[in-house]
Amino acid sequence: MPDMNKQQREQLPTRSDEQPQSAIELPGMLLADEEGTTLEKRGAYSAPDARGPQDKPRGAWAEAWRELRNSPSFYVSGVLLLFLVFMAIFPGVFTNIDPRHCPILDTNQDPSGDHWFGTNVQGCDVYARTVYGARASIIVGVATTALIVVIGGLIGALSGYFGGWLDTILARITDIFFGIPLLLAALVFMSSVKDRTVWTVVAALGVFGWMQIARIMRGSVITVKKSDYVVAARALGAGTPRILGRHVLPNAIAPVIVVATISLGTFIATEATLSFLGIGLPPTEISWGADISSATTALRDSPYQLIFPSIFLSVTVFSFILLGDAVRDALDPKLR
Amino acid sequence: MGRYVVRRLLQMIPVFIGTTFLIYYMVYQLGGDPISAMFGDKGADPVFVRQMREEFHLNDPLIVQYWYYITDLLHGDFGTSFNGRPVADELKRAFPVSIRLAMIAFAIEVVVGVGLGLLSGLRRGKFVDTLVLAGTLVVISIPVFVLGTVAQFWLGSEWGIFEATATVGDATWSQLLLPGIVLGSLSLAFVARLTRTSVAENMRADYVRTATAKGLPRRRVVTRHLLRNSLIPVVTFLGADLGALMAGAIVTEGIFNVDGVGRLIYLAVTKHESSTVVGAVAALVMIYLVMNLIVDLLYAVLDPRIRYA
Repeated sequence: MPDMNKQQREQLPTRSDEQPQSAIELPGMLLADEEGTTLEKRGAYSAPDARGPQDKPRGAWAEAWRELRNSPSFYVSGVLLLFLVFMAIFPGVFTNIDPRHCPILDTNQDPSGDHWFGTNVQGCDVYARTVYGARASIIVGVATTALIVVIGGLIGALSGYFGGWLDTILARITDIFFGIPLLLAALVFMSSVKDRTVWTVVAALGVFGWMQIARIMRGSVITVKKSDYVVAARALGAGTPRILGRHVLPNAIAPVIVVATISLGTFIATEATLSFLGIGLPPTEISWGADISSATTALRDSPYQLIFPSIFLSVTVFSFILLGDAVRDALDPKLR
Repeated sequence: MGRYVVRRLLQMIPVFIGTTFLIYYMVYQLGGDPISAMFGDKGADPVFVRQMREEFHLNDPLIVQYWYYITDLLHGDFGTSFNGRPVADELKRAFPVSIRLAMIAFAIEVVVGVGLGLLSGLRRGKFVDTLVLAGTLVVISIPVFVLGTVAQFWLGSEWGIFEATATVGDATWSQLLLPGIVLGSLSLAFVARLTRTSVAENMRADYVRTATAKGLPRRRVVTRHLLRNSLIPVVTFLGADLGALMAGAIVTEGIFNVDGVGRLIYLAVTKHESSTVVGAVAALVMIYLVMNLIVDLLYAVLDPRIRYA
């Protein structure tokens, strides 16, 4: 089968170039990336409402929603995330203590009635700092994810929809950005910029974090653009913007949502890592990563100041990954 | 096959140039003036500054500076760090340590990761499976720097099970054991999950049913038929991961005081040692690109249905 060989030759390198940031999303990614021709056993990714003209357009989304409501991990992660987001928006509800009030005489205390999680080296209340630390982490996570969905979605959609030389150029650009690991790139970026704010962290992570979304979007758009309803829309005289906006994107977005949710957790972890290394959020910002870093010097005296922010950070990352897992299971019935 | 390798090697060129230029741009354009960075607050003698600017081609446009840099790089000259030592020497000293660390991490993630993945894939939906899924999710959720700090303090310093830090210069294997476990843990979780999905999916494949129907012992079905086919996606991940392990060691090497490439890069970044940063990252990118090519070729070996013309 010479034809088969040709297709495999063209597609396999693309697939093996994939850099799964996390293996949990890999099955969904493979499905989305293939055009359904080379890996028959996996089957093509079925676009959410490619099921038939009689179905209502939102049918598949409604089904995914029903699926989600039956999934325990959706509830666990949902409740945790609602709690964390609420804490990020209204930290004052959880504590009356000012996280920046640090009487040095209270240094390195163990947990007590006054200081639930103890105090840190400078005498600040660890509980208050942990509560207030949620805000920076969640802002960075959400904003970076929004940024990568825009950049990656745009690049992926353009190269998938138009193909040809545009696709080739965009694929090479994606390869270039893929060549540098995220943490390394962000580290160099953050050390180079003049002044660090929350938004420079978002920029650093966003500029070097969009590639996976772009590849998934590209594969997904290639699958969708061949479907009958896109051909029909074009036959009816719809213009490119309308076809892209009304038909292709809504149907190609499902795998992007999954990866974006999981990435959100990864970005929060990466921001904390940068702050831990002393090169992430500015010192004026209360950040779990920076607090964990300063806690390491006092580990022997009071390990609590390390443990509590670490637990909050890990639970936040955990919730987003769990939510992404649940969403993937709901959107991709094949994997169940 | 030969033509495919050549084509891939050619494709690597623009990617290599692009990636190194990106790093070069960030370090030299966003980073401010490298000469004034050498002098800190004191300020420098203007004559000397002019001389230095001339010597390092700093008056030329960035693209010309980059051209000088990349031609030197291709001749094996990674530039000179501010203390006058060639960056290539620093890399030669740091790489063996990082490679040793990556090998430990890699061995752990392959053996334990594939083992756990196979175990839970074969018993899908059972208790072991749930345990592995939950356990790996927890490991994925804990950032490496938390895991490293906690492991170093309790397993290393407090309980003395492992050695807590490595000697600068020449780290021994036993000193690298705990950092290796920490470094490999995240990928271990991914490998386990990937293997599980792949095994569980292939359990339903026709060839497994045929092999069982032929009367082959279960052991042989699992090792020769099921596992071999299930490992194809895992190998892809592992290959790309080997490059990432060396770069991802920034945090681990920092915590455990391992004198490898990660620590070299981190120290260089904080001290604005531009030439060391660019040189080390360029070396990592090269490793990473070559690993990707090897993975693609391995694909064809593992899956005879794939042929590269």
